[in-house]
Amino acid sequence: MSAAEVTVIEDIRPLIAFVAPLIGVIGIAWAGEKRKNLRETFTFLVATIQASVVLSMVPILLSGSIIEFQIWQMFTHVPLLLRVDGFGLLFACVASLLWIATSVYAIGYMRGLHEHAQTRFYSFFAISLSATIGVAFSANLLTIYFFYEMLSVSTFPLVTHMQDKDARTGGRTYLGYLLFTSLCLLLPALSWCYVWLDGGTVTMDFLADTGKVGAFSQTTQMVLLALFTFGFAKAGIMPLHSWLPGAMVAPTPVSALLHAVAVVKVGVFCVIRVYSDIFGVQVLQELDGEDWMIGIACATILISSLIALSQDNLKRRLAFSTIGQLGYVVLGATLATEQGVGGSVLHIAMHACGKITLFFCAGAIFVASGKKYVSELRGLGRKMPITMGAFMIGSLSVIGLPPLGGFISKWYLALGALDRDMIWVVVVLLVSSLLNVFYLLPVAVTAFFRDPEDDQDTGMKEAPMACVVPLAITAIGCFVLFFMAEPILTLVGLSK
Amino acid sequence: MMENAIAWILIFPLFGSVACALLGMGNKKICYPIAVLSMAGSLWGGIETLRQVIASEVHTVSYIFGGWTLDKYPRGVGIEFHADILGILITLVVLGVGFIVAIYSKLPVQDETPNKEPLFYTLFLLQITGLAGICLTGDAFNLYVLIEVAALTGYGLIAMGSNRAAAATFNYVILGTIGASLYLLGVGYIYIKTGTLNMVGIQDVIVANGLADSSTMQVAFVLVGIGILIKMAFFPFHAWLPNAYCNAPTVTSSLLAPLVTKVMIYVMIRMVLSVFGVEFSFESTMWVDVMPWLVVVAIICAAVMALAQREIKRMLAYLIVAEVGYMVGGVWIYNYYGLIGSIFHVISDACMTLCLFLGAGLILRKAKTTHFDGLRGLFSKMPLTMTGFFIGGFSIIGLPPTCGFFSKWYLITGGMVSQRWEYMVVLMFSTMVMVVLFFRLIERIHLAVSESGENLGHGHGDLGLAKEQTRFDEGPLSMLIPLLLAATVVLVVGIYNQDIVNLIEIFLSEFNLPKGEGH
Repeated sequence: MSAAEVTVIEDIRPLIAFVAPLIGVIGIAWAGEKRKNLRETFTFLVATIQASVVLSMVPILLSGSIIEFQIWQMFTHVPLLLRVDGFGLLFACVASLLWIATSVYAIGYMRGLHEHAQTRFYSFFAISLSATIGVAFSANLLTIYFFYEMLSVSTFPLVTHMQDKDARTGGRTYLGYLLFTSLCLLLPALSWCYVWLDGGTVTMDFLADTGKVGAFSQTTQMVLLALFTFGFAKAGIMPLHSWLPGAMVAPTPVSALLHAVAVVKVGVFCVIRVYSDIFGVQVLQELDGEDWMIGIACATILISSLIALSQDNLKRRLAFSTIGQLGYVVLGATLATEQGVGGSVLHIAMHACGKITLFFCAGAIFVASGKKYVSELRGLGRKMPITMGAFMIGSLSVIGLPPLGGFISKWYLALGALDRDMIWVVVVLLVSSLLNVFYLLPVAVTAFFRDPEDDQDTGMKEAPMACVVPLAITAIGCFVLFFMAEPILTLVGLSK
Repeated sequence: MMENAIAWILIFPLFGSVACALLGMGNKKICYPIAVLSMAGSLWGGIETLRQVIASEVHTVSYIFGGWTLDKYPRGVGIEFHADILGILITLVVLGVGFIVAIYSKLPVQDETPNKEPLFYTLFLLQITGLAGICLTGDAFNLYVLIEVAALTGYGLIAMGSNRAAAATFNYVILGTIGASLYLLGVGYIYIKTGTLNMVGIQDVIVANGLADSSTMQVAFVLVGIGILIKMAFFPFHAWLPNAYCNAPTVTSSLLAPLVTKVMIYVMIRMVLSVFGVEFSFESTMWVDVMPWLVVVAIICAAVMALAQREIKRMLAYLIVAEVGYMVGGVWIYNYYGLIGSIFHVISDACMTLCLFLGAGLILRKAKTTHFDGLRGLFSKMPLTMTGFFIGGFSIIGLPPTCGFFSKWYLITGGMVSQRWEYMVVLMFSTMVMVVLFFRLIERIHLAVSESGENLGHGHGDLGLAKEQTRFDEGPLSMLIPLLLAATVVLVVGIYNQDIVNLIEIFLSEFNLPKGEGH
């Protein structure tokens, strides 16, 4: 993220990571419903290929270079350019590694529930991941916009998978919010930057054009900042968050990977890009109205946590929790200090791992018992110890207790707030952690320590292995990430 | 042969139509190959001419019929074909669309207008002759003749549909004739004042004699302008269009919908830039102040009316009216980027409208209706068709990387540089309307929910349809391939927009258009 002199390597690997899932779709569609195992093999294979290609780029990045690949020239000055820098690579790693876990989990979930149209499901899932990687590796604002829209459209069939009335409502909210914001807020903001900066010769490159918006007047900068923050509505900043609870009508693997990791993280990823690579820390700190954005992020954190308290539907509770956690990430970016941005970056990884575990568990519970509501979970911990244990770990990580990943990122966020002498932000962080405890812990506590409603043994046990193994792995991941903070910050280039 | 390529563009369809009329009397089956072959030949002529235009130093190919010369001043009267980059680009659009529709036409023409194939293809090829001629001619009166050629054949093509189509045609005839007459009247004024009908000649005289403030020319401008606006179905002169296009036979609407309005936009751009000149059109008239606001009204009304439709072809017809608003707006916000957007939108809108109408034709053939209620389960029945159809839809919405995104981008840029915020806001508004329109369609095709919101079927993707209605059943290949071809063109034009825009920039570079400060 620092604009210091770096060697640029021309390499096709980012394009491979982007295109592999698209080619995989052909295999998935070809295999179809009749050759289920082959189809799932394709998904798994493509996910593995993508992850290994992404991981193979880590050493290059660690050696201090970045990778670029130009796909084609969009406008006179603007190329569709892929670039792998530390931040993008981190996000790509998170998304593609968790996709492997999800592709195993989805087998257990979808087959366990005898879901229909699984070929369509896996095909669009692959397309979504392709778009996610596209966003992660975008080098300028228009490229990112490209893949952002691709992601919005390709997730629609996943959200409306059930094809019933609820799916229609959810799908309408989902697309309504996402397309309205991207077409009516983002597009004008983009166009404004391209037209009025330096006589229309700017590519809005994340590396070369950082801070150029500083040439605008304070008011314009503020308007642009607001348009970008709300325009990337996938970040779920209030009041444009309602699409996320609406999207919970989707099957749980979608909620887990897309609406806790890929889609929502694409939103905050874009916001961080805009804050730290378009505006830049310098310009932001000099911007007067920037405190407003900090305020809005804090409000989002607190309000969503309060709403989460009142949700009995487990997935909806998790969705509101996600909105709050996304607020953390945006908050870190708005703080515009090195520690704050570091906290944001870390939180993308930490929260991804924690929240996907929680969603996996919610899905496993649904597969094994058909239960969706927190109040129904009494005594379930005795029958599904691994699942509920993993849920406990995920909860603790999201709450932010050591030795789990979630602690580290919150720690950095607090440091970032202290750098700006904003004690009240630290207070907000503490209060919201407390609220996290209130809405997450009761779930696991109810499951383990309350007696079941009836003592009859309903013959219920753990979900299929394909569900349990991935959620156990991601739960362990929460521990591992606690020790990964330094390497991650080194990769992103924020650790000195 | 090569140096006459520009003439071949017209000779192929013209003589093809004669051949259809004569040979078709004996053997009806021969008309289809004749039509496809003459379109292919014509397309070859178009591509060859484009090569010549790009290769020539002045980026123009001039072809004079009947052995007169341009040496006199004023240039006088005679037919000249004057292909510059703008003209040949739009000609290629006409020929490309014509070619794809000609391939597509085999089965629908047989089924919808049985025993009239020779007539149909005769008119079809004459229509192409007229439309391509409009884009190539360098003579203002000749332009009128060709507009009438295109219009008269269009009336015939539309009226071949149902009885309703005949009634709709009558509407079209009246409005079309009024439009053409106004245009002719305007040309008359121009001739009186300048003594020439040659487009370049008119511009020469206007500049040389300082006719910018001449009230005769002002009247001529208004007459020509309003005439063209009626012909292009600019709101509120759109009344003829929806009925005509949705009652017409499938092939007719697939041919006319992408082309007629777009070619008239071309005529407007040609008149504004080349004939009257930038200074006259934008500085000496009030149109720059008034038109963007009329465009705002036009787009809002057309978009709202499109929302009210319950039938795909009618909805598309109103979309065309809204798109006409986009392009007219792009011209009258008076700005370099706006004009790039307008011209590029002419090209991309033709591609995406073609895609949508071809798709609608296939839906009509397989589902027997294009009403919204009959769409359920179409995606599992004909996935390729629907994919093609929706690529067109995404382009209308303006999602990258379809061509619709890029034209919209240039139009927005134009609005921003010339600071016509009203135009930008209305673009955003109509974009949202189009999102609603197309995702409403997707919803109907994809979900098992009734109009009133009740669940149909037994859940789990059961669409509540009889078994044979959800079986995989694509349309015939002769119709499917043109649709997929059109969808590919939508994507290719989007991806290679830079090359097309470079050509447009060469064309626009000779005009003195404002680019905004620092550009």
